[in-house]
Amino acid sequence: MSAKEEMLTLNLKIWRQEDRNDKGRFVDYKMEGVSTDSSFLEMIDMLNDELVKEGKDPVSFDHDCREGICGSCAMMVNGQAHGPNALTTTCQLHMRSFTDGDTIVIEPWRSRAFPVLKDLKTDRSAFDKIIAAGGYISVNTGNAQDANNLPVSKENADLAMDAASCIGCGACVAACPNASAMLFTSAKISQLAQFPQGQVEAAERASNMVREMDELGFGNCTNHAECEAACPKGIDLRNIAHMNREFLKAKVKGK
Amino acid sequence: MPSHNYFTYSIGKKQITAVTGLGLVGFTATHLAGNLLILVGADAFNAYGHALVSNPLIYLAEAILLGMFVLHIAMAATLTAQNIAARGRRYYIKNRSGRGETIASMTMPYTGTILLVFIILHLINFKYGAHYETTVDGVVMRDLFRLVVEYFANPLYVAWYVFSMIALGLHTGHGLQSSLQTWGLNHPKYTPKVKMVSVAYGVLVALGYSGLAIYCYFLN
Repeated sequence: MSAKEEMLTLNLKIWRQEDRNDKGRFVDYKMEGVSTDSSFLEMIDMLNDELVKEGKDPVSFDHDCREGICGSCAMMVNGQAHGPNALTTTCQLHMRSFTDGDTIVIEPWRSRAFPVLKDLKTDRSAFDKIIAAGGYISVNTGNAQDANNLPVSKENADLAMDAASCIGCGACVAACPNASAMLFTSAKISQLAQFPQGQVEAAERASNMVREMDELGFGNCTNHAECEAACPKGIDLRNIAHMNREFLKAKVKGK
Repeated sequence: MPSHNYFTYSIGKKQITAVTGLGLVGFTATHLAGNLLILVGADAFNAYGHALVSNPLIYLAEAILLGMFVLHIAMAATLTAQNIAARGRRYYIKNRSGRGETIASMTMPYTGTILLVFIILHLINFKYGAHYETTVDGVVMRDLFRLVVEYFANPLYVAWYVFSMIALGLHTGHGLQSSLQTWGLNHPKYTPKVKMVSVAYGVLVALGYSGLAIYCYFLN
């Protein structure tokens, strides 16, 4: 990685797909004068400017905050979710991670539960459905003063905070050899199970969220840990173990 | 007891696969311990085999073992089929992070299939194989030692056996640690140690079983 700005010439191989029903194909683009200081998404913006000028259809991709907190910028870069760098979303990936003359393959997330809408955009509403199945606390938690009357240990607070850093980008599903959503689902189940307020619905939550996840057609975790490695927020596999315990507790209670 | 629909959930199937897998890991350990009597001698090995089959509890043990195999295979096959379907269209390129998948973890369905074929042939060759007789301390019993040594006279059989035991080592090496995670046991301090023990167990069973097969080859 050099500190000095350089200009790169790159060969892009980007997945283009008209809509859900289109078969889709890779299209090659040659990019010249890409600054090593630009971000990966800025590089695609440059390409899209060119395509628009030529009267062609720009590459569709999801993006919003461009600072690694919204979880929109889902894409496989050279066969890795969010590209080659650990703990990094695609928007935080800089072109200095590539070298002059590189070929970069850009593909959408591949999962039956995340159908491709157009090019690199996928429909990730399946995650919203998993949350809607139980990823909330519906007991009345009162005002700030009441919250202070229910002590939460430092350890639980830390574990909940770590789990809460999940941005729901779907990289876990994309990277998992089984297209499993268990890291995502477990982060939500584990986060809420750390609190006394979350205990009330813990059994129903675990059971309902796992049921919803299964019905949406996600795969099953086989403990490879590719999700943990791909996760831009470093969500730990311990969350999956915690979900497995919560699920078992729920089933023992007959929920 | 878990509620009636436990099996219909992904995690339910995973936990059944895990607990039956742990049981089968235990079986590989006791079976290997029995096999080690080959090193002591023909009489010790044959007497052990005779003691096993003449205990009426053997039928119960065999039924439990068969049940574990059937459940393990049925659950794992269902999960694997769902996993293949869940991806849909394959990636054009997919690079591993280097911090997740291992050779053992990514080959679980393949090593499992090899082991299923192996077990069927193993039962045909040994349990239902040629019935020789010998006498140990005045008791007439099956001469399993002779059958084993004769079988391993063929280097091709030794090679197939060693190949299958490498599959067993890989399968248990991932399976042992994986089963604990599936039952919710993950600890920042102990899990790395559990993983090392799991891999060490895989290496030991592969070496133990293979070593005995090669030893029998040289007894000829």
